[in-house]
Amino acid sequence: MAITSVKNLKEFSTANDRFEGAHTLCPGCAHSMIVRELMNCTDDNLVVTTNTGCLEVSTAVYPFTSWDTSWMHIGFENAASAAGGAEAMYKARKKKGTLKDPDAPVKFVAFGGDGSTFDIGFQWMSGAFERGHDFTYICLDNENYANTGGQRSSATPIGATTSTAQAGTHSYGKKEKKKDIVAIMAAHGAPYVAQLAPNKWKSMAKGFQKALETEGPCFINTVSPCCTEWRFDPKDTIGITDLATDSLMFPIYEIIDGHELNILYRPKNVIPVEDYLAAQGRYKHLFKPEYRHVIDEIQKGVDEYWEMLQRREEARV
Amino acid sequence: MQDPKLCATEKRGLHELEAGKDLMGWDEVTQGSVLPSFEGDASNIAHLKQEERDYSHFNSYTATVASWRVQKPVFNIDVCIDCQNCWVWCPDTSIISRDKQMLGIDYDHCKGCEVCVEVCPTNPKSLLMFSEQEDLETALSQWPEKKKKEK
Ligand SMILES: Cc1ncc(C[n+]2csc(CCOP(=O)(O)OP(=O)(O)O)c2C)c(N)n1
Ligand code: SF4
Ligand code: SF4
Ligand code: SF4
Ligand SMILES: [Mg+2]
Repeated sequence: MAITSVKNLKEFSTANDRFEGAHTLCPGCAHSMIVRELMNCTDDNLVVTTNTGCLEVSTAVYPFTSWDTSWMHIGFENAASAAGGAEAMYKARKKKGTLKDPDAPVKFVAFGGDGSTFDIGFQWMSGAFERGHDFTYICLDNENYANTGGQRSSATPIGATTSTAQAGTHSYGKKEKKKDIVAIMAAHGAPYVAQLAPNKWKSMAKGFQKALETEGPCFINTVSPCCTEWRFDPKDTIGITDLATDSLMFPIYEIIDGHELNILYRPKNVIPVEDYLAAQGRYKHLFKPEYRHVIDEIQKGVDEYWEMLQRREEARV
Repeated sequence: MQDPKLCATEKRGLHELEAGKDLMGWDEVTQGSVLPSFEGDASNIAHLKQEERDYSHFNSYTATVASWRVQKPVFNIDVCIDCQNCWVWCPDTSIISRDKQMLGIDYDHCKGCEVCVEVCPTNPKSLLMFSEQEDLETALSQWPEKKKKEK
């Protein structure tokens, strides 16, 4: 595979963009930062499929497309099935000798939001992983159904207010904890699974390259701050991501072959989750005295998870 | 209106199958919509810079979102250290970097989100926001001095 050098940003910046502007994602949206990085980290031909969500809706506004690769949209839930089908057909045609350019390197990539990944498209994704297609699934995790007005998904963390789990006098927002999608996908026995973040551009580019290079189904959850639904100023997208990774709300790590866990980023100064929560409107109500206990609960959950990750990294099991 | 009972014959399914013989096969149906991003052969796109590509009119590169902006980032090349932070994090592919050098902003695609200004590490910053109406020369003439570090 022809990978772009990501040794430093200067070298990386010589990549020729294959994700074009004048899409209609909100100003400051992290979805496109992540997609651009994926498309810039390789020279290979890409076949990309996308579930319905902000990314799909905003990059294919008829009569325009922002994709300089083969790109396909079919439904909300089946980007993984479509990528798997395209990959199976590619393999079959390669065997039959009916490909126009059989030596051209091709990679298959599926994008989905957290709504389509954690909930509505979960079965389709799980099936494609079980069948073992050679593709990379990337979840753009903004912790809500952003494209339809910010409903809660099973990726929404406890305590966040959403349009269907609203905070008010009787509620502190969502009551349930976030689903651990990374562990679930690792449990499929996938050869490469990771959680990455756009502020750590180098570990993200390297993780993407590893996933593209690895044969078999690979899964990456990326944190994708959504200024509109998380309620922060668009200019702060990277700053918010820094708070997310440095508070360990979003630890950066990979799991190889379902068991070998490597932590990819250890913050020098771990900040309290309170600092991360305080920077976003969706957690504002937690700072009222009656809901402060939720912040403690979130911090406890984050501490326990970090402890678990470190132990698993040591144990290599 | 047709009597609904007329349709409810035992043979209905068969009739439809017969009629179906003249319909298009699943492999003959044309796709709902196919938008070619480029004119002609696009197999080498990853190795071509934007200015070397033959974009089709379907490609959003040929469209503009300039009207979204209220403020615009202005680039001061004299302060820039070519770190490429702005390039990697611009969500709208609007930082024009060529051969490891930051050259300027693509105002057709920039939405004025200010992310590039936030991530620019120089002192003073090499990118600053100005009103959309401000002309570039006036903006550059108002560039702030280097800020002393607060103790
Ligand atoms: C089967 C189906 N259910 C619901 C919808 C409506 N719908 C379109 S986009 C969307 C939200 C997508 O949320 P997510 O996957 O998290 O992506 P985001 O927009 O947040 O990036 C929903 C519910 C649909 N298109 N198809
Ligand atoms: S709503 Fe959120 S995810 Fe959707 S385009 Fe806007 S910022 Fe991006
Ligand atoms: S203001 Fe936003 S869209 Fe415009 S160049 Fe800067 S980062 Fe890109
Ligand atoms: S972030 Fe600032 S210093 Fe770095 S390349 Fe961009 S303009 Fe230049
Ligand atoms: Mg979402």
